[in-house]
Amino acid sequence: MTTVDDRPATPPAEAPRRRVNPVLALLRNSWRQLTSMRTALILLFLLAVAAIPGSVLPQRGVNPENVDKWFVDHPDLAPRLDRIGAFEVFGSVWFSAIYLLLFTSLIGCILPRTRDHVRALRMRPPAAPKRLERLPQHAVLDGPAAADPEAIAAVLRRRRWRVTVRGAEVSAEKGYLKETGNLLFHTSLIAVLLGVALGSWYGWHGNRILVAGADNAFCNTRQQYAEVSLGPRVDSADLPPFCLTLEKFEADYLDSGQASRFWATVSVDSPGGTPRTAGFSVNSPLRLDSANVYLLGNGYAPILKYTDRYGNSQTSDDPFLRTGDPNATEEGVALFPDANVDPRTGTRAPDQQVAFDGLYLPTAPKSAPFVASQFPAERDPMVNLTAYRGNLGLDAGIPGSVYALDQRQVANGKLKQLGTKTLRPGETWTLDDGSTLEFVGTTPYVTLAVRHAPGQTLLLVASGTLLLGLMGSLFARRRRVWFRVTPPAGGSPTSGSSLVEAGGLPRTEHPGFAEEFAQLVAAVSGDGADQRRAREGDE
Amino acid sequence: MSALSDQLVTFAILTYLVAMISHAVEFALGNARKVAVPAPARELVGAGVGGPGGVIDGPDTPGATRPDRPDRSADRAALAGRLAGWLTALAAALHLGAVVTRGIAAERMPWGNMYEFVLTVTWIGAAAWLVVLWKQPSLRRLGLFLTLVMVLLLAFAELKLYVQVVPLMPALQSYWFIIHVSTIIFASGIFLLGVVPAAAYLMRAGWEQGRRSFPYTLARRLPAAAGLERLTFTLHAFAFPIFTFAVIAGAIWAEAAWGRAWGWDPKETWAFISWVVYAGYLHARATPSVRRNVATWIAVVGFLTMLMNLFGVNFFFTGLHSYAGVN
Ligand code: HEM
Repeated sequence: MTTVDDRPATPPAEAPRRRVNPVLALLRNSWRQLTSMRTALILLFLLAVAAIPGSVLPQRGVNPENVDKWFVDHPDLAPRLDRIGAFEVFGSVWFSAIYLLLFTSLIGCILPRTRDHVRALRMRPPAAPKRLERLPQHAVLDGPAAADPEAIAAVLRRRRWRVTVRGAEVSAEKGYLKETGNLLFHTSLIAVLLGVALGSWYGWHGNRILVAGADNAFCNTRQQYAEVSLGPRVDSADLPPFCLTLEKFEADYLDSGQASRFWATVSVDSPGGTPRTAGFSVNSPLRLDSANVYLLGNGYAPILKYTDRYGNSQTSDDPFLRTGDPNATEEGVALFPDANVDPRTGTRAPDQQVAFDGLYLPTAPKSAPFVASQFPAERDPMVNLTAYRGNLGLDAGIPGSVYALDQRQVANGKLKQLGTKTLRPGETWTLDDGSTLEFVGTTPYVTLAVRHAPGQTLLLVASGTLLLGLMGSLFARRRRVWFRVTPPAGGSPTSGSSLVEAGGLPRTEHPGFAEEFAQLVAAVSGDGADQRRAREGDE
Repeated sequence: MSALSDQLVTFAILTYLVAMISHAVEFALGNARKVAVPAPARELVGAGVGGPGGVIDGPDTPGATRPDRPDRSADRAALAGRLAGWLTALAAALHLGAVVTRGIAAERMPWGNMYEFVLTVTWIGAAAWLVVLWKQPSLRRLGLFLTLVMVLLLAFAELKLYVQVVPLMPALQSYWFIIHVSTIIFASGIFLLGVVPAAAYLMRAGWEQGRRSFPYTLARRLPAAAGLERLTFTLHAFAFPIFTFAVIAGAIWAEAAWGRAWGWDPKETWAFISWVVYAGYLHARATPSVRRNVATWIAVVGFLTMLMNLFGVNFFFTGLHSYAGVN
């Protein structure tokens, strides 16, 4: 059965050679180990196991808030897990080590196989084994079959076999697509990894909230993002300049409170162009030349107008953030650090600053407590606010959240609570010092992700070739057949009947091979008969 | 329509249950003959030598010859088996009706939450089983395990996952949703069916190697191990590219909906794990030095990761994919 194997005859590699450099030998052996199928299998398994903590523990790249919460809940365990990268599993040293080893193994596996396959494609199908009757499929063509190897070869070629004729022997092989597909598949895997790498090196993305109105327009610079992440090969100056203004936001809800449609309308202003209006939604992002803008969330920013004791007014439309309640209860803060500046002296009074924090309910309940909205759309909007006066702590240089009051100032007594009140649009609250707060109404805001992801085209193309290769690899079948023509004893080819013997060998699992072989044999007998008849007619 | 769908589910479960009982009768009738043979002697009569009174052990080993005396309980067993097949087909028809009416009631594809997802995946599994049964009737006895899986999953869906019909949330309104979810469902259904011959193979292979302890004895009347193993591979090789496509489609959809193709959300992480495990199975099976039962175990592990993704992730973790409709 030696003829069955067409692997390029490697010299008996195990033959001990004298005076081999032990380091080289070790290297070579390690390489062989690394590129073996067994190692690939083990690494694949390690990869699967290593991914599990990434779903069990919160991940910084997915949900940083949950990671912070985990630290609070598990103060002992969290720092230790953090040190081994458990909150950034997919960027951790050990996860990277596994996939880099796997891909090294993959390259070490693909290269020699590609070389062998190219060779096999160039080689003629191998000569027939001596004893065809030992093959899994075997037939002796009954009756006076075609005696002509060329005619047999023609039948096979028509069925897209690769055929070669050696004297009275026909060898044919089919199903090279299997190995081609397999190599294409594995190479595509490398391309996918490259695409991911490109995206993380040259990509960037940022998140921010955009409140409706021209005053709140945002331009694509690093400072304007609440959260931004640039790839290692990206500089702040590389961010393409464009500005967005939210003109309108529409949300439709079913009676059950479930959202059925979101639609944001923005005007886009790029340098050198005229502003244009564009709409986008969940599932259909705004695709600009240099970046894509995705709609991630939405909410309402209450417009709060504060008139201080000197009669100066300021208006806040800072967004209140969703609490996670499906009925869109929001919480937030309105800060008035410039309140109570004495108009005569113009000096600021740091202990006379004013702030309000509390809840916004798009649909307030009929009666107290006014702590949770009843419906996500604005049917009966209401704010439920607490007033504060004192030092807001904004000048202390400690960066705080824009969406919450600095509670340390309340705790140390520098910021004093003045009372609590609910307001509907148009209502005004008069505080102890005669100053007033008016709840004017609301304006919508959207949460946006702006993202540039190069490498995505490569990813898409590689995914396509990956699938094609996979199907070729799984569904194509490599097989060989041979035909041997033995001329009738002592007679000329036309007088007696020659004996044609056929053998078939599926090189991969192939349940339908017997059938295919039988059909092939039938076709060869049939065609042969036709040709003989034609030849007889000529005579 | 929605109420009709719920009733059809109940009827389908009951019909699967009856089919399962019928399969069990087929098994039991086979085993009934064995009862008359003293247990210690079983090994000796295993080759098909009958004791007095026509008590004949069935052909356990592939080479054993059938008794030439007509065996009435064997006939009855075959009848029960055929009946079970038809009952499964009837149940699958009811099941399909449930899926379709659910879709009509919701005015969309019926894959909006976990209940509907399980309902459709199990139907794909059942339909694919009928195709297998039609092509290879000799594998019929696997039906006992298949109907068992059906009854368990459907009952679980009905009792624990059921939600009223609601329209889709905006994040799910996309044609990529239809493509992604339908292919995920299809691949999951085939994987679900694939685990049946895989488990059967593991038991049967043990039996053929002479193991006679508990789970292996169940395999006494199962089809030969080699055929089960081949079916396991065929189903997985068929489902794997579809699953791969589904994951890619999911990434394309995620890019449009969430602004990133891949974000290691728990569901994505588990899809990755399943994909890698199934790739491991295909590798293991193609590696001559890895034994077939090791490879088959990997396929079973792959199925466990799919279950983890379907049930575990929805119940234990929160992520962007949290639209199961269960709390
Ligand atoms: C990135 C990791 C890898 C993945 C995800 C992967 C995936 C797959 C899959 C899904 C198949 C099944 C398709 C088929 O049967 O042809 C396969 C086949 C194969 N893989 Fe890989 N593979 C990886 C790495 C490797 C490595 C490192 C090697 C070399 C040691 C290798 C060698 C092979 C071979 C020889 C086959 C063909 C098996 C057959 O005859 O069917 N693969 N691979």
